[in-house]
Amino acid sequence: MICSKCSEKAVFLEPKLCKKHFIDYFEKKVLDTIKKFKLLNKKDRVVVACSGGKDSTTVLYLLKKFHGNVVALAIDEGIKGYRDKTLVDLKKFCKDNDIKLQIYFFEKEFGKTLDIMLKKKNYPCSVCGTFRRYLLNKCAKGFHKIATGHNMDDEAQAVLMNLLKSNTDLLLHSVPITSKRKGFVQRMKPLYFCSEKEVAAYALLKGFDVGFTECPYMEESFRNVVRNSLNNYEKEKKGSKRNILEKHLKLINDIKISRKSFQYCSICGEPSQSDVCKACELIKSFK
Amino acid sequence: MKIFIEKQNKNIEKKFSGKIKDLLKDLKINSDTVLVVKDKELITEEDLVSDKDSVKILSVISGG
Repeated sequence: MICSKCSEKAVFLEPKLCKKHFIDYFEKKVLDTIKKFKLLNKKDRVVVACSGGKDSTTVLYLLKKFHGNVVALAIDEGIKGYRDKTLVDLKKFCKDNDIKLQIYFFEKEFGKTLDIMLKKKNYPCSVCGTFRRYLLNKCAKGFHKIATGHNMDDEAQAVLMNLLKSNTDLLLHSVPITSKRKGFVQRMKPLYFCSEKEVAAYALLKGFDVGFTECPYMEESFRNVVRNSLNNYEKEKKGSKRNILEKHLKLINDIKISRKSFQYCSICGEPSQSDVCKACELIKSFK
Repeated sequence: MKIFIEKQNKNIEKKFSGKIKDLLKDLKINSDTVLVVKDKELITEEDLVSDKDSVKILSVISGG
């Protein structure tokens, strides 16, 4: 199978491209998303939320290349045999690429590792997600934007999950860049239109040292059910994931979805939908 | 042929000659969820492999 742009052997099928042209295609796709949705201003101070996996490492590499000065921010939830491994890769990547890395720990910030927390409450993704979102927003204060490694698969899954759970206001989060709101650092997703397979191929072809890792709590999540369904839809009907996102962006632009109002948590001062934020409520429940 | 399936951290031996897409079908693996590597090079679902080859099937899904 030959590349559609030259006579080299293709390494990717859709689109049919050799290594050099696939890398060019992928980087252009990310740059086009950054330009089209105005993800970056020249003077933005940007922090990249990093896990050490292929997606966030790719974002870190490309923003360093396109924008220059970026800082990596990692959260160590305390998941033994998983996060400790991915952070080894991330530390090496940051050192090799001269990128400043800041790591925050659940144990230090909330008094317990996630592994310990889950002995008391058995809904891993909810507990982890609440604390990760809280810490990310809190620790990114002082930066203009938080860049995350969410790819097209992640976003199509999120749209479908929020529809299935009837979380209409959360649909507003599945966008290439979140709107400006007091108390929140804007979040942007440069890989919004890149499929998981494209990101994995790019990371492999660039030689990023990101081994296969899977969160040990993943099987228990609803996301896993939705991920499998979407992969089956995509197999039967190519373009399903992209179609979901394109229609989703059009719909949330056309219809008015009211956001839940927020106040500030009386304990920590972070934005919250009630007097005490979810993170502080969880911390109390673990005491 | 020798096959390493990363997601299951498993090495298997299988008699197979043909296209990667048919190998994945035989193994009941959705091609959208994996990359296939032969001799340290990324290959496509349309590439041919034979019994003498050794391939790695890498999962594109990682994280949580």
